[in-house]
Amino acid sequence: MAKPQRIDSQWKHWNPQQQSEGYLFLLPSLFGFSTFVIIPILISLALSFTEWDLIRPASFAGFGNYYELLTADRIFLKVAGNTLIYVILIVPGQLLLGLILAVALNQSLRGILCYRLVIFMPVITNIVAVAIVFQFFLNRDFGIASGWIWQIADATGWPVAPPDWLNSQELSKVAVAMLTVWKNVGFSMMIYLAGLQSVPDSLYDAARVDGAGNWQSFFHITLPMVSPTTFFLLIIQMIGAFQLFAEPYVLTRGGPAQSSLSIVQYIYQNAFEYGLMGKAAAIAWLLFVVILFMTLVQFWLQRRWVHYES
Amino acid sequence: MDIKLQRGLLHLFLMIVSFIMLTPFLWMLSTSLKFPNEIFTYPPIWIPSKIRWENYFDAFNAVPFGRYYFNSILVALSVTCIVLLTSSLAAYAFSRLKFRGREILFITYLATLMIPFPVLLIPNFLIVREFGWHDTYAALILPPAFSAVATFLYRQAFRGIPPELDDAARIDGASSWRIWWNVIMPNAGPVTAALGIFTFLGNWNEFLWPLVVTNRAEMRTIPVGLSFFQGQYSVQWELLMSAAVIALLPIVVIYLFAQKWIIRGVTISGMGGR
Repeated sequence: MAKPQRIDSQWKHWNPQQQSEGYLFLLPSLFGFSTFVIIPILISLALSFTEWDLIRPASFAGFGNYYELLTADRIFLKVAGNTLIYVILIVPGQLLLGLILAVALNQSLRGILCYRLVIFMPVITNIVAVAIVFQFFLNRDFGIASGWIWQIADATGWPVAPPDWLNSQELSKVAVAMLTVWKNVGFSMMIYLAGLQSVPDSLYDAARVDGAGNWQSFFHITLPMVSPTTFFLLIIQMIGAFQLFAEPYVLTRGGPAQSSLSIVQYIYQNAFEYGLMGKAAAIAWLLFVVILFMTLVQFWLQRRWVHYES
Repeated sequence: MDIKLQRGLLHLFLMIVSFIMLTPFLWMLSTSLKFPNEIFTYPPIWIPSKIRWENYFDAFNAVPFGRYYFNSILVALSVTCIVLLTSSLAAYAFSRLKFRGREILFITYLATLMIPFPVLLIPNFLIVREFGWHDTYAALILPPAFSAVATFLYRQAFRGIPPELDDAARIDGASSWRIWWNVIMPNAGPVTAALGIFTFLGNWNEFLWPLVVTNRAEMRTIPVGLSFFQGQYSVQWELLMSAAVIALLPIVVIYLFAQKWIIRGVTISGMGGR
């Protein structure tokens, strides 16, 4: 039988057996983590300073990839703009709708579980399948979305024609954003619900005693009290929206004329269609820098609007 | 405002939203059962006059869907098991054992959470290629199977388990391995369930990575197979919708029965244990 060991809380007296045990427990994780995360980060960084097509030997390019991307590559500037528009369309959409739905569901109402079940359902579904369904749904000639608009036009005599969501350079991004918000809004809703349930009822009671109406309670109690939740959702959904891939890949294939191409799709194209490994790695690092910068900006800005209970 | 009216309006609002959420699924289901001549009609037909079940057989047999299913189940299950095992072991080391470099290693794990997946995509593709793993299960399973998020969540949960339990077990002569398996893990059941569901779903639905490391049709997972199916049958909407139903059905059915667990698992893990 092993000798009972003293549990030593002092860092100076580390038990040598615990030392080696620590590494043993960590070993499987650390091994995989080094191979598939740490080393790839270093490879990727090195790769971004080279030109390599997988066939000929790689050649050092210095900042060439970065310089070319930022000054000469028109498509890159276009996809960067597209991605920014995705972030601007998707993140507020998900936050706002998620909050509204959470407030609506945070009442004692019959059928709450059923609504929750339905609204959350797209979150667990496969993006490829639902994007194909949306492709059909939004098709101008025979999609149900068009069908509804024709029906409205027929019934009211209003001369309105359904938009061609998927083949218009202006609307293709909106279509991708609609799909993304539709799919993810249930997640925001659930996180907001958790946030709302931690707001003490006593605050609302006190406000009611002071004569505050529903709207005043919402703006002066609910919004500040859930602001940490809003901040959390803002950060993770912004990071997610910057990395959109499957949504435009399946719904619009990035078209028409690259109008809905996202940055990650462009990375994919460069690496696996054009064989430009160095350039693709450089785009990925530029994306990282932008995400990091935007996250830091949000952390800096949050001091002004996020309310933490002390 | 009248409380009854208020409730009525709330129900109306929620019903409209639910309808919007459900419409794509219903339209998919409806189209998947149609004969081609009822697909492009105006006004749209919701309930087909004649049902064509053969769409499902045609879609299922047009591509190796059975194989896609097998691949998806194998990959998602294996990744989940490896993630749970390696992360809980690592989290035990990070929360209960003392060794040199513990803090710096943990901070390294946390720091990698900032790196977006696209940065890892190309080097991982090259590593897989170097190992000769292209078109193998190893390529589909191993690279996504090491998770800093899961390690972090397990560590949080382990820190909430009173150390007196470990002490008592250790005085009875239990080794660290026994404590991890018999004391810590049984007390971390909710986290294991949440992480398990979250990891399984995430990998079941993963698209980009399997797309990159598979060429042969037999190695595709459901999302990748479906995407190629779309490329081949882009005008046969009844087949495409049947294929989409085939892809979605099992998860939706499981969701209907285990919604409480699934919603909790996805939100808890998505929130990082907050």
